[in-house]
Amino acid sequence: MPRPPSPSIPEKEFLYSSLKQSLRLDGRNPLEMRTPALTFGPELGWVECALGKTRVIAQVDAKMVKPPPERPLEGIISIHSELSPMASSEYDSGRPSDEEVTITRMLDKVLRRSDVVDKESLCVLAGQRVWHLRLTIHCLADAGNMLDCSCLAGIVALRHFRRPEVEVVGDEVTVHHPSERAPVPLSMHHTPYCLTFAYFPDATILPVLDPSHLEQTLSAGLLTIALNAQRELCVVQKAGGVPLAPDEILRIVGIAVDKAKELDKLVEQKLKEDWAGRTVEVR
Amino acid sequence: MSSRVEILNDGGYRSDGRRQYELRDISIDTSQQGSADGCCTLRHGLTEVLVTIFGPREAKMRSQTLHDRAVINVEVNVLPFSTGERRRRARADRRILELAATIKSTFEPVVQTALYPRSQVDIYVQVLQQDGGLLHACVNATTLALICAGIPMTDFVCAVSGGVHSTEPLLDLTMLEENDLPHMTVAVMPRTGKVTLVALETRLHVDRFAEIFKLAGEAGQALHKEMKRAVRNRTSRLVDAMETSMKQPVGGERDVVMEDRMDF
Repeated sequence: MPRPPSPSIPEKEFLYSSLKQSLRLDGRNPLEMRTPALTFGPELGWVECALGKTRVIAQVDAKMVKPPPERPLEGIISIHSELSPMASSEYDSGRPSDEEVTITRMLDKVLRRSDVVDKESLCVLAGQRVWHLRLTIHCLADAGNMLDCSCLAGIVALRHFRRPEVEVVGDEVTVHHPSERAPVPLSMHHTPYCLTFAYFPDATILPVLDPSHLEQTLSAGLLTIALNAQRELCVVQKAGGVPLAPDEILRIVGIAVDKAKELDKLVEQKLKEDWAGRTVEVR
Repeated sequence: MSSRVEILNDGGYRSDGRRQYELRDISIDTSQQGSADGCCTLRHGLTEVLVTIFGPREAKMRSQTLHDRAVINVEVNVLPFSTGERRRRARADRRILELAATIKSTFEPVVQTALYPRSQVDIYVQVLQQDGGLLHACVNATTLALICAGIPMTDFVCAVSGGVHSTEPLLDLTMLEENDLPHMTVAVMPRTGKVTLVALETRLHVDRFAEIFKLAGEAGQALHKEMKRAVRNRTSRLVDAMETSMKQPVGGERDVVMEDRMDF
């Protein structure tokens, strides 16, 4: 596979010189996100999230399985994500690239390890039956900041999903079809949002939030922060890149706190709108 | 579990008898290992890692070289006996790949790669024992090994882990503490006081974060002194050895020279 073409020198200089004047090529302010466009599918737990031209589909489905003997009281959550060459010609289908590893690990940390879904609530019958949630993330197009887009899609899909109601009488488990009883939402502890800031080699250029593809390739380091609207950090990741002063990092964390609150408001509103437009039949 | 281990007791001591801000014992061994250009065995308490550096040398894969700087290649190997429960980890384990990617991107801006175009620096990390603070041990050992290999760097990279127990910040966590507490790893460059690496993976309130973050920065400076002393020791021994070998007559007995070298 040939190496993807790197940005040309004029392109690079143009981007740097415009960023120096706090101008971005798509007309945003340095600390402005592309407004996420959330589209919900006909099924519960199917979400398409778009940040500009970056598009990701997330889908949740649940099935009942026998839990592993070491954790008989907890449900299972698994995340499947793949960066195929469909998203961008830069991704190879062979061995996972560094970027792919970062994205899958971050998804795992943000959506699974930070205890988003109450796993014990997914237990139906201790040691016998638990729900296995499967979150599949399809990256459709990469126009920069794939990570935030997939995290947002994943978390919204989990919020949107409703599992069938179950009834346990003795050892007998009855799963009610959605048409019989209204499906129940997952019990969730919190809703983390992922925000990525890009830094550039020239120290006079201010960091930008939600970098586009070109900005991301020309950046000299990314700082990714995942946090919820309750001011709790879930993941902070700055793996190398340009060294930053400690105060600068704390300042960015402060900005991220405000942005997460805005994002939370938007997501809540979209979910409410979608739910209002749905008719759930209960016979 | 019949008895629960107290992470921080009323007297202000931790489960292994340390105070809140006390770091574990550090031992640094930079003696030669095989044909490696630089190596370092670093121990933070019971965590032990061995880093060997090969390079800068010609890259095995010609296609992966860059025309204007050296490529850094990191491979991490976690030995099966390094944890309490013996288990073999696949090389392609995502956690290990991520660790390798983190080390690589931490050192890329610090190592002056522009001095060695079209070459490659290989960093091999062997994790011999794990007792918490794996990432920070790997980063510190890599810094020292790179220095021993004589590869020019702009600064040291000193990493420390920190956590919070209810509201009390703790430094340099052991495995036991890491399993129960929110924790993070911070790597600082002591000369400028800037931060190159921040890794937080567990839920933590923003205000607590700021607290540990600053504390870890200070601890990094303390660690720097220790690391610098190890480098100076090694260099002075090297200089001594060179001076003794200079005194030998030109056609002198080589055995003696070799013996002198064995000292360090």
